[in-house]
Amino acid sequence: MADSDVILLDLWISVFGARVRIALAEKGVKYEYREEKLDDKSPLLLEMNPVHKKIPVLIHHGKPVCESNIIVQYIDETWHANSPPLLPSDPYLRAQARFWADFVDKKIYEGAKKIWTTKGEEQEAAKKEFMDVLKVLEGQLGEKPYLVGESFGFADIAMIPFCIWFYTLNKIGNMNIEKECPKLAAWVKRCMERESVTKSLPDAHKFYELVLEMQKKKGQ
Amino acid sequence: MGKSSEIKLLGTAASPFVNRVQFVLNLKSIEYEFIEENLFCKSELLLTSNPAYTKVPVLFHENKPPLAESLIIIEYLDEIYPNIHPILPSDPFERAYNRFWANYIDTKFFPLFMEMRRTHSKEGKEAIKKQIIEASQLLEEAFVKFSNGKAYFGGDNVRYLDVVLGCFLGWIKFSEKRNEFKAFDEVRTPKLLEWTKRIWTHEAFKDAIPNTETLVNFYMMLQKYKP
Repeated sequence: MADSDVILLDLWISVFGARVRIALAEKGVKYEYREEKLDDKSPLLLEMNPVHKKIPVLIHHGKPVCESNIIVQYIDETWHANSPPLLPSDPYLRAQARFWADFVDKKIYEGAKKIWTTKGEEQEAAKKEFMDVLKVLEGQLGEKPYLVGESFGFADIAMIPFCIWFYTLNKIGNMNIEKECPKLAAWVKRCMERESVTKSLPDAHKFYELVLEMQKKKGQ
Repeated sequence: MGKSSEIKLLGTAASPFVNRVQFVLNLKSIEYEFIEENLFCKSELLLTSNPAYTKVPVLFHENKPPLAESLIIIEYLDEIYPNIHPILPSDPFERAYNRFWANYIDTKFFPLFMEMRRTHSKEGKEAIKKQIIEASQLLEEAFVKFSNGKAYFGGDNVRYLDVVLGCFLGWIKFSEKRNEFKAFDEVRTPKLLEWTKRIWTHEAFKDAIPNTETLVNFYMMLQKYKP
């Protein structure tokens, strides 16, 4: 029975929404899922996130929490009694987890979008820049199973939804991300062994179709 | 009382993100060594300690590997010195609400000033001024909610958002003078304007906010190397 005290305003295809779904699933929190329409935002969304008018928004006891990485931390802190912990207990490692989750926010989204919104030389430059960013994550993974140590956590949750973009990037950008970043590819496989992840991620092919549609609309 | 705890801060006096960390170190009475960085000729130390961004501030604590990103450094300092002038509240919802506005300030508010510097046309500048004024309106409303009638975002005492927004006051004033406008004023943002006066004179802030000369010099370098 969904806990009506927890409502998630979301869009299934959203990587940011996926982060929150994964976190809620990891903690075993029951919630009510509400799919929003980007071109017809609900009055509740506009009321709960007046500043950005964006999903995801977690509404808990009627109060909104916005911004996916902030929501994931909120979930960890509020349901701290539920295992597993999403952030490490050591302050230094916690800072590391936050750093990498923030790195994903700063570098992955815009970097990837550039690849399917540009052509020619501009696209080549975007591809190189994006691969450089992925190589940084490869470096961070090193021999570790997860981004910040031995357990799946905040930084992994921040990044894993973007793996569904790899299919699109490989096709449109004529890339082979998995080949160039084998550690990242292995990490993706490892994360996909978690039910919280597989149940929360949108379909990679559907995302590709969406991007193709967007490109068509823009006459690309 | 936080004693000399082997904390080194790599930074530049003109960087508001560095100033932010300095405010927190001051509030928590933590002694530290300041290592001045030249952002226009980056040192080996910066390049190796923050390879992801090559930006300041970078915090070195004891023998641990370096930490970067001002908001992350602040949370770290708050967690290792939780009993001296706490910066973030303990309630998860309050923490999320504080983090939300810090994110707004860093991704929506201050970047407008950076954009202003790089915009040369009159129309362009006017458009940005309009956006700054709208954003400062939102910040005024946020201040009213957070302060609950008291002096600071944190209530009776300076806390997270006072530090997060307060660090930009030097640059905001600089931009206001240069571009002949007011980001905060008595009519639109009266409470915030009062708050800025308190921050300028606050013990932990006043020596860390850079003076006009420092800002002018840095500005000239920015115009030269990052027009």
